[in-house]
Amino acid sequence: MTNEEQKWTTVIEPRRSLFSIDFKEIWRYKDLYSIYVLRNITTVYKQTVLGPLWFFVEPIFSTIMYMVVFGGIAGISTDTLPQPIFYMSGIMLWNYFLQCFNASSNVFVSNAGVFGKVYFPRLIVPLATITSNLFKMGIQLLLFICVYLYFVIIKDTPIAPDWTLALFPLYVIVLALTAMSWGLLVSALTTKYRDLRMFVGFVMGLYMYATPIIYPMSVVKDSIYGSFLKYNPIAPFFEAFRYSATGVGSIDWMWMAYGVVCLVVTLTVGLVVFNRVEKNFIDTV
Amino acid sequence: MTDIMSKAISFENVGKLYNLGVVGTGSFTNDLYRWWKTSVLNQEDPYLKVGECNDRSKAGNSKYVWALKDISFDVEQGDVVGIIGKNGAGKSTLLKLLSRVTSPTIGSIKAKGRIASLLEVGTGFHPELTGRENIYMNGAILGMTKVEIKSKIDEIIDFSGCERYIDTPVKRYSSGMMVRLGFAVAAHLEPEILVVDEVLAVGDAEFQKKAIGKMKDVSKGEGRTVLFVSHNMASVRTLCKSGILLKDGVIDYTATADECVDYYQSLNISNFVSHCVLDDKLNRDEWVPKDTRNLEFIEAEMLNDVNAIASDEELRFHLKIRKNKFSVKFANLGMHVVDSADVCDVIYSSPIIDIPDKDVFYISLKLKNHNLSVGNYFVNFSIGMKDVSSGIKNYDVIHNVLSFSVVYRDVLTKTPFVLWMKGWGNHYNKDAEIEVF
Repeated sequence: MTNEEQKWTTVIEPRRSLFSIDFKEIWRYKDLYSIYVLRNITTVYKQTVLGPLWFFVEPIFSTIMYMVVFGGIAGISTDTLPQPIFYMSGIMLWNYFLQCFNASSNVFVSNAGVFGKVYFPRLIVPLATITSNLFKMGIQLLLFICVYLYFVIIKDTPIAPDWTLALFPLYVIVLALTAMSWGLLVSALTTKYRDLRMFVGFVMGLYMYATPIIYPMSVVKDSIYGSFLKYNPIAPFFEAFRYSATGVGSIDWMWMAYGVVCLVVTLTVGLVVFNRVEKNFIDTV
Repeated sequence: MTDIMSKAISFENVGKLYNLGVVGTGSFTNDLYRWWKTSVLNQEDPYLKVGECNDRSKAGNSKYVWALKDISFDVEQGDVVGIIGKNGAGKSTLLKLLSRVTSPTIGSIKAKGRIASLLEVGTGFHPELTGRENIYMNGAILGMTKVEIKSKIDEIIDFSGCERYIDTPVKRYSSGMMVRLGFAVAAHLEPEILVVDEVLAVGDAEFQKKAIGKMKDVSKGEGRTVLFVSHNMASVRTLCKSGILLKDGVIDYTATADECVDYYQSLNISNFVSHCVLDDKLNRDEWVPKDTRNLEFIEAEMLNDVNAIASDEELRFHLKIRKNKFSVKFANLGMHVVDSADVCDVIYSSPIIDIPDKDVFYISLKLKNHNLSVGNYFVNFSIGMKDVSSGIKNYDVIHNVLSFSVVYRDVLTKTPFVLWMKGWGNHYNKDAEIEVF
């Protein structure tokens, strides 16, 4: 049996090389991925009467709240856009981003039971979550479109989509992957030491204000805050979406390129770290 | 058997180090130190050296322990390997490594073909999903494709016996039904290598029989390689061809399954009590105060080989009794055999016996045809006086003083029981007439 060595299909060893994600294996588990996606969507509204309609409720109330607090009381400019459209566009993307981040950062802790018993590529779970969250965002998008049409048709507001709206899927993908790669980093760092999780919770709360959701970039552009906000890798996509959808505001290609570069870096680092941790996390989680 | 059998699994020098205690700041300092040594100075891991052999009962000097050490063995394709050993011997760790839930600290494991692990039944069941949806969920987690599951779903539902509830969320299921459904999915997996951890001990008697039958089919036909961990020696004997005995994280013995189980059981001699010198309080009923003990047990002994008793073997006991009150002339001796759940299986009550005029005397008791089936049993004794007017007056009652294990059906041929689950009954009756016509 001299050629025995070549025939092994699985080799389990202590150390893997730094970047050895088995994409073929992930592909082999594509059915598990789709079942996970379906499960995430269906289990949320089981035993509710309104079902997926509940996904409308949150953005409606957040938008009203923002209109009162930021638009009304604080009087922050919305760049000539009607307030509902302005806030809703930001909230929609931000909710998606935050949900993807939270799910990815808890992937080890909340799936320890399953991960401790069966092996499958762990990356399936965060990938499935960011996909199923798309469904939720889709519902909010529907709401956004309704509001949009209301303003265009009934109120005759001078807004119109730009050709760059075709890039909308790209914005979403970048946001989703950014959220996932940050989440993976956090999840890998929190399996052993939970300290970071305490920190991450409020940092994400604050991070929302560093992203142009309740204000347009034009307001802060020339101030000292603006020069800091320039480094926020997800901010250009919030701005770009608003511009693409309404034609109001600006789209900054260089800034978006910066966001994509940041994504590539964090995704690489996130995957490497996640890959290292996933083999042994069950011993420490 | 051909001379060249291909290897399906190969363990080479596999070891797994665990650290004990709580993960906290201490371990953070250790991690930093380890990182400094291995990554910056490029030296050996300082903690690998200090790891100790895994003996659960002894306190060690090191915070690190080898759950498995120097494990090397090969498994041939189509072999069914039983892995046995005490709690904490490393059986589950070994299966975890093979099923890639965690990775070894040193060494390597090589395998050929798809590995499916059954460390638990019903992994990934979501309470809100229906039985049918969970079959898909669980099947996919175990590595089946949708098409595979679809082609087998009717079989799976049928096997589980939960057809009526299949479109009900599993949170409404009884725990037994969940287990049935989980096992049904697992039983229809078709991997080249199957890793099973003690999942047979679930469900009711009827389902256990079904599950064991399925396990046998899996291992007998189709040339699949199975690694099976169990504490049930009878199932290891019937299901497995070869055996591996683990002890404190190292391989203690490798042989055929039967030899391995025999060897393991011979190690456990101290577990069963063949002789007991009685203490004032221990083993004694609270309601037998010292001053009423006109007769008092002081020693009890079982003369059989308590580790391996046959169903048709004569049980022989020897009791040493002290007479505390001179006036006692007669007494009755009683005996119970109870199983580990304290359910009484055998009762013996003697006729009136004469008590000799001695301070200490002996009673020898031989019990024929106890008819007990495979299992572990405990013996209680009582001595007292039956009185027509006042019922029974016990002088002394002692509990669980002796214990033994029934493993054979036949004392002469030493035929072991076939796989026998606890729920199938504790009595094995040979005295029946059977006629075929």
